[in-house]
This record gives sequence, structure tokens and C-alpha cells, in this order.
Amino acid sequence: MPNLVHVPEKKPKPIAPMDPVAAVKRRLLDLVEDEECNQRLARLDTKNLNEFGYDPFGYNPKVLRNVMPTLKWLHRYYFRTQVFGIENVPATGRCLFIANHSGQLPVDGLVIGSSIFFDTEHPRVVRAMTERFIPRVPWLSTFFARCGQILGAPDNCERMLENDEAVLVFPEGARGISKPPNQAYKLTEFGNGFLRLAIRTGTPIVPIAVIGGEEQYIRVANMKPLARLMNLPAAPLFLFGVAPVPGGLLPLPVRYRLHFGSPMVFEGDPDEDELVIGTKVKAVKSTIQNMLQRGLAERKNVFW
Amino acid sequence: MAPKKKNAAADDRKRILITGVSGRLGRELSRQLHRNYRVIGIDRRPADDLPVDVEHHRLDLRRNRTRTIFRQAPISAVVHLGTIYNPRRDPVSDHRTNIVGLQRLLDYVRTYNIPKLIVLSTADVYGPQAENITFLDEDAPLLAAARFVAIRDLVSVDMAAMSFMWKHPDTETVVLRPVHIVGDVRNTAMKYLSRQWVPSVLGFDPMVQLVHQDDVVRAIVLALEEGVRGVYNLDGPTAVPASVILKKIGAKQVPMPSSVLRFGLKQLWRFRLTRFPPAEVDHIQWPATVDGSKARRELGYAPAHDMNAILQMLRESSEGIR
Repeated sequence: MPNLVHVPEKKPKPIAPMDPVAAVKRRLLDLVEDEECNQRLARLDTKNLNEFGYDPFGYNPKVLRNVMPTLKWLHRYYFRTQVFGIENVPATGRCLFIANHSGQLPVDGLVIGSSIFFDTEHPRVVRAMTERFIPRVPWLSTFFARCGQILGAPDNCERMLENDEAVLVFPEGARGISKPPNQAYKLTEFGNGFLRLAIRTGTPIVPIAVIGGEEQYIRVANMKPLARLMNLPAAPLFLFGVAPVPGGLLPLPVRYRLHFGSPMVFEGDPDEDELVIGTKVKAVKSTIQNMLQRGLAERKNVFW
Repeated sequence: MAPKKKNAAADDRKRILITGVSGRLGRELSRQLHRNYRVIGIDRRPADDLPVDVEHHRLDLRRNRTRTIFRQAPISAVVHLGTIYNPRRDPVSDHRTNIVGLQRLLDYVRTYNIPKLIVLSTADVYGPQAENITFLDEDAPLLAAARFVAIRDLVSVDMAAMSFMWKHPDTETVVLRPVHIVGDVRNTAMKYLSRQWVPSVLGFDPMVQLVHQDDVVRAIVLALEEGVRGVYNLDGPTAVPASVILKKIGAKQVPMPSSVLRFGLKQLWRFRLTRFPPAEVDHIQWPATVDGSKARRELGYAPAHDMNAILQMLRESSEGIR
């Protein structure tokens, strides 16, 4: 019986000519890629992404393929972060991470983000509320958005929580990050906004104490006129002689210690008086301050 | 309110007035409505391919003949699509046309007790800014004119319509603020997207929302429903970065530093060599994405054209160019 079915001849697919720049870029990115990162990225929740892989805030997990390996290196080998109480990070659903801010540059955010991505059973991408100048900076604005970091506005935060995301807020803001050395690990004034949002959206608050950040840079001065000129929250001048590392801005290899406290749930009226909200904020603040004191007492050395 | 009549005789149909009927949206809207309504169109421009039973008046809103149209017979709804936006033209005369024209229209709506007024504004009234939150809702301040003076007409029209809404609750006023409309409309967004070489701002890639013109027309029809009033953002199917849009429609991106692009455009604009006002660079540098959930919830609006369909349409419409 002759074969009556006409089988169309398969044409070999033409190989798309790749321009050399893209080829080199691809090769370099392949070098960076890491199996563990990719596996964890594959397990991320994608329910808020559209058919193009973006969420309304501009977050695209594909970008993280090339970012997370660097963070992994920083987190595991450079800072050798010690993590306590990671089981307090909820696997799913909305949650609000509240941490102390320290270290002149927001490396603490990176460390918390890496920890919640790498050390948890269910990896999550933390959505941090960033400074208001970030969207004005070329490349950085796009990069932050793609990595899921968003402009720190209450409305953005509320939307995030309603989308069941894990949001990181430093209620001290710029006040906390640019503390002088003699104020190290002393919490400055907390804003009240995060607690109102947590009550309104029924979000559990996970307090985090970050230890190690205060020693990562040796700040010689805070150049306030320069900060004002550049419209930045602070312009720290570092003693680079002590940190003769490539890039210069790379912090000292201090050992980070993260203490995750058990989730705190607050109830009541989100629009209550500042004083009432203030007492609740104080509860969160003192939890973090206690965890800091305990952690500091347990710490034997800054670097190991 | 008169009860809704179905299958009414031709003369019994409700009369509906559309300003700016000769535009693409007006034409599309009159096509949608002329079977159920007696459509009366007003435009300064001639109308070539409107449905035959559409009564077209070629006149300026400010002319007294507009009043005659209102006097003739009761009108059940007014749809104002006639806001002029063309920064290339004389801003003074356009401003007068827009503001005085709308004022006259609002006067007639009030005097003749028109039960429904729909004003097509734009989501551009919020203005793109670095500090913008991701979901601008209807209560967000209209800051567009702060950075871009030529857009003040659109902001004033929107505000006039809003204040009319509060002052005259007998008229159901609806203000619609669609994001960048695409289709065969000829607005700045379409001009930008149908070029072969498209400038973009180096280091910036804001999220952009596009909506198909048919969906805007559908939303206007939905807003004609009895009981609908208020301000509504009309968002598109989904927000995507500007670079993704350009890539998918096959446009070649030319990234330039913001200052260079703005300076260059300013010079080109001064010598009338470009149709893009320099301030419109804001739209490809800063985000201005709106929250359309109110329209989805209250109007039942849902864009029928998804983003892939829109991009497909854009790619095909500019195939000859690229």
C-alpha cells in the first residue's frame, strides 16, 4: 500500500542572525545564571502578572534571573547572613515586614530580600517601598521597578497588600539609614502610616531586626549641602581606605544577622487618633528594639 | 424619567447630540447609536461618511444656531467629543473655542434640562510624573498643566464638566478619562507609535496603558445608561512597558538622553519640523497609569480588545511605513 498521506517537507528553521553585542550579553548572562535561583524563581507566585510577564507596577521576574545570583553571592558568601526565625515568614498571603533601617546605603533591604527568597521554604519576592528620588534616576528607576521595588507611597503599599504581596517597609526611612555611629542600633522615630495600612488591609506585621548594617561603612561625614543640591536624603562620605574593595561602594564584609519576629496582628479602626495608633506602633518598635538588643548581646564579633 | 420605549417608530426615537462628530470616535459612536437614537452631530469639520440618518450641522458650538438645535425638540443626551487638542495651532483661539464652546454647551444642557451629559476627557489630565503612584484613581489631582501648558485646555474642560456635575445634579454628568486611545484616531500616541524610528528616553521605560477606540465607544454607550453619573477612568486591557510595545509593533527604538531629546525636539518644534511638543516627552519618561476599576465595577466596562490584539493592530496599521 503506497503511502497516500502527503507529508509536507519540513523546512529547517532559519537560524536567526544574532548581533554580536546580544550574543556576548547572552553569554555573560548565562555565566551568571544559577540553578538554585532558577528553581526558586520558577516556584514564585505569578498570579499578579499579565500575559507579558509584568505586573501593573512594572515588576518582571525574568529580570531577577540575572540579579538573584549576585544577591546569593552577597548573602551567602560575602555577608554570610545568619537568619533566625525564618519560619515566621508567611508562605502565602499578604504580609508587612517592618525592619530597622541602617547602614548609610540600603544594603539591609537587599539582605532581607535575599533571605526571604533563598532561606524560606516558599520563596517570595519582597516588594520594598523605596525612596522618592529613585524614579528620577535613569536606569535605576527601570531596574528597581523590574525587580519589584516600588515608589514608597501609601497608595502603592495598600494596592500591594491587597494583591497579597509581601511588602517591606522601613518606617524610620531616611532618618534611620543615615544615623551617625554613636546612634547605632538605636531606633529613630517610626512613622505611623504602616500600621494604619496593616489594620485597614488586615495584614500581619512581621518585625525584623537587622544586625550588621551599622558597621558596613565607616562614615566620615554626611555632606548635607551636597544632599540638598542633589535632592537626595543624605550624601554620606565613606572612608574608603578601610574598604579597599573593587567598586569602592561595596560595604565591608560584616556578618549580617537577621531576626524575624513572630507575626503581629492588629485590630481596630485604621483612622483612629495618632495617639492610639502610636501605642500600637510603639509595640512593633519595642519588639524590634528588644530583638536588636538580644541579638547584639549574642553577637561576639562584627565580622564572624 | 420617561420609561424606555423599545421598537419605537423612527420619529419617536430619542434624540442624542454628539459634538465633534466628524472625528473618528464621533463617527464610530454615531454608527453605534443611529439605529436606536436619532443622532444629531455638530462639528466645524465636514462629515463625509456618517450614516445617512445622522443629522449633521457644520457649525461652531459658540454659534447661536446651536441653541436652535436644542430648542427644536427635547434631546435625551449630549455627548461632548469636541474638545480640540492641537498644540501646533494657535493656543489662544483653541482655548477660547474649547472653554467658551463647552460653557455654551453646559448652558444649554442646564436650560433645556438635558437628562444626560457625557464629556470625553482624557487620562492625560493627571499628567506623567516621576512621583506618580501606580494606580491613579479618579480623585487624583489633575496636574498635567503644571509641566505642560498646552494641555491646560483639556484640564479646564475636565474641571468645568466636573463642577457642572456637582452644581446641577438633575443632569447625569459623566466624565470619561480614557488612557491613550489607539485605532485609526490621529492623536499624539498614534503618531508616535506609527513611526519607523521612534525616540525613547535613555534609562527610562514607564508602564503604558493603551485602549482601543472601539472600547472607548463602547464605554460611552454604557455611560448613556440611565442612572450612571460620575468620573470614570477608562484603562486599557493591561499595562506594559513602553519598550515592550515598541518591540512588539516592530518600531525601531532610538534611545536618547532626556536632555538631548528635549533640547532637540524644542529646536525642531520651534522651526515647525516636528509634530511632537517637547513636553510630551514626559509620556515616555514618567509613568501615568490609571486605575480603571471604578468603570469596570460601576459601568460594566471591560475592554474587548486585549493587549495582543491592540499590538497586532498597531503592527499591521504601520506595515507600509516599517
